[in-house]
Amino acid sequence: MFFAGVDIGSTSTECVILNESGEIVAADMRPTGANSAKAAQAVLDSAVEKAGLDAPPHRIVATGYGRVSAPFAHKVVTEITCHARGVLHLFPQVRTIVDVGGQDSKVIRIGPKGNVIDFVMNDKCSAGSGRFLEVMARALEVELDDLGPLSEKSAEEISISSMCTVFAESEVISLVARAVPVEDIINGIHKSIVNRLASQMQRMNPEPDIVMTGGVAKNSGMVKKLSMAAGHTVLVPENPRMTGALGAALTAMGLERE
Amino acid sequence: MASEYEGMWKSLGMDLGAHDQLLAVLGQGYTDVFLSQANRPKGMDYFNFVMSEVHGLRIKEMLEAKEQGEKIVGSYCVFVPEEIVRAAGATLVGLCSGADFAMEEVERVLPRNTCALIKSSFGFKLGKVCPYLESADMIVGENTCDGKKKSYEELNKLVSNLYVMDLPQTKSENARALLKAEFVRFAKAMEELTGNPITVESLKKGIAITNAKRQAMHRLEALRKADPEPISGLDALLASQVSFYDAPVRFTESVNALCDELEERVKDKVAVFPEKTPRILLSGCPMAVPNWKLPWIVESSGAVIVGEESCVGERGLRNLTDDSGQDVESLMEAIVDRYFKIDCAIFTPNEDRADHIVQMAKDYKADGVIQYALNFCQPYQIEAMGLESRMEKEGIPMLRIETDYSPEDAEQLKTRVEAFVEMIG
Repeated sequence: MFFAGVDIGSTSTECVILNESGEIVAADMRPTGANSAKAAQAVLDSAVEKAGLDAPPHRIVATGYGRVSAPFAHKVVTEITCHARGVLHLFPQVRTIVDVGGQDSKVIRIGPKGNVIDFVMNDKCSAGSGRFLEVMARALEVELDDLGPLSEKSAEEISISSMCTVFAESEVISLVARAVPVEDIINGIHKSIVNRLASQMQRMNPEPDIVMTGGVAKNSGMVKKLSMAAGHTVLVPENPRMTGALGAALTAMGLERE
Repeated sequence: MASEYEGMWKSLGMDLGAHDQLLAVLGQGYTDVFLSQANRPKGMDYFNFVMSEVHGLRIKEMLEAKEQGEKIVGSYCVFVPEEIVRAAGATLVGLCSGADFAMEEVERVLPRNTCALIKSSFGFKLGKVCPYLESADMIVGENTCDGKKKSYEELNKLVSNLYVMDLPQTKSENARALLKAEFVRFAKAMEELTGNPITVESLKKGIAITNAKRQAMHRLEALRKADPEPISGLDALLASQVSFYDAPVRFTESVNALCDELEERVKDKVAVFPEKTPRILLSGCPMAVPNWKLPWIVESSGAVIVGEESCVGERGLRNLTDDSGQDVESLMEAIVDRYFKIDCAIFTPNEDRADHIVQMAKDYKADGVIQYALNFCQPYQIEAMGLESRMEKEGIPMLRIETDYSPEDAEQLKTRVEAFVEMIG
């Protein structure tokens, strides 16, 4: 018997398939694009193929902002619950989760029994999310994956005052025009995002272990800065984009036991 | 639709084209939110009918009474003492303020960062789409929050019949004296408007009508404490909302009839939601018709709303007025006593409200509280911050929501509410 979790995010869609003992037998991801239903079906199909299954998984749980566009799902669960479940599986000691995805950021507080006891989410504005970093990388003409390593070479800390994606982009362009080193600009961008995340995190009284997930957790510069702001080392799963889908797959497994 | 009323609306100076649009949106919203619910009590048929005729038959009926000399008083707040209005033989109606309308025009008169409720009341005036406002002989404004009291200065330029009532901001003796003085002044204004003297008999009658309405609603509240719940939160909210528009005696009868049915349902354990559906107490800003966004999101996210700690809910309905006084003076004192207990966030401090929320959460067996504040509503937004720690101490999960009337944030809200429901479920 196999179980699948599909996390349909604003930027990317992931799928994790587990076997009966809860081991990952396949994982896959692709950009969500304009049609989230199509992306969800495609990523499920390719994960099923990777796992070599000859039938669809026994139970499927969908999560993420596009969770309602997955007609194959047996159950729909929010990304808050799924992230918590996925992270808890990898880090049993986790008490605080900071998830920064494509267009939102959230901080989740986990109780001693591993249950979600509180959470905060940004509401309207996507400033400080993965999309914000994508726009900045494009303005700086660097690869998204290079932002982290480049920022660690920064010699001088500068400030980016605008958090609006559109205004911050023009601010960055004018810094480039003034020949401010790219490393310093990236470092400044990271600092302003972390300041925002830190205030969101403070509302949740963060306790260790703190785990960061979502695409932005792949950025080493961001993780270091967040660790400094939190006063604790922020842990990152090997594949921080997959925790939502993993949690969804674990929830699918739980459905069978109910 | 409802074209038989066109002449009436035209005579009120309304913009028919804009009003048609409003009715179309309202009708669609009502179908999606209310008529689509499963297993509704039969007693809700009456409220469906009232809502379908809210700008039609009800206005016609009020205008017919007006021809016989009955005055219409419009209000934006539960501090306007209904007993006194009824004692003067006038009718009291709540004025429309639950939907965005004519926002471009509103933002020429009010700053953009004004709360949705205030903006909406202006939108209905500027867009000429509220028949209650247009048929009112007197519009009563009240000095509650800064946003409202300053905006009445602007509203006064748009209407000729605005009466502004001052309200206290503390629960001190002086504050009570102010409320008393304002109610006495209001009683005189009612006498002048209607030409009817306010007497012991008329006050007793006004109190009786108003108390009966509250008692019927208290019965409904008590039935919602049942587990499983016999009525959806949306339907119960609708009854509260309709109480602001409907003829009071007929309304009271209809709520009591609904309650008779619900009593049977409780006995037979007939529920509107599956067993073990998480129970939510909604707390905060008022929800005027047709502001159903958040309750709809909550009840379509696998939870049931069991109570409203709101002006359109228990804050507006709590406590009866003592009718035992034998002279006008003591009856007026009793009315002041009753209204002075309202725990609106304009009061400082306002600890009664926090206690009421905790008590309600226990009484209604709520699994969690959703604090709802309109954007830019500082009194309720700030109280929500303080309530967070109080609820944590009490062990009551709480979700804080700030929103407005636009559908723009519905998806984000849905995620947050669903996650909250998963957390407490």
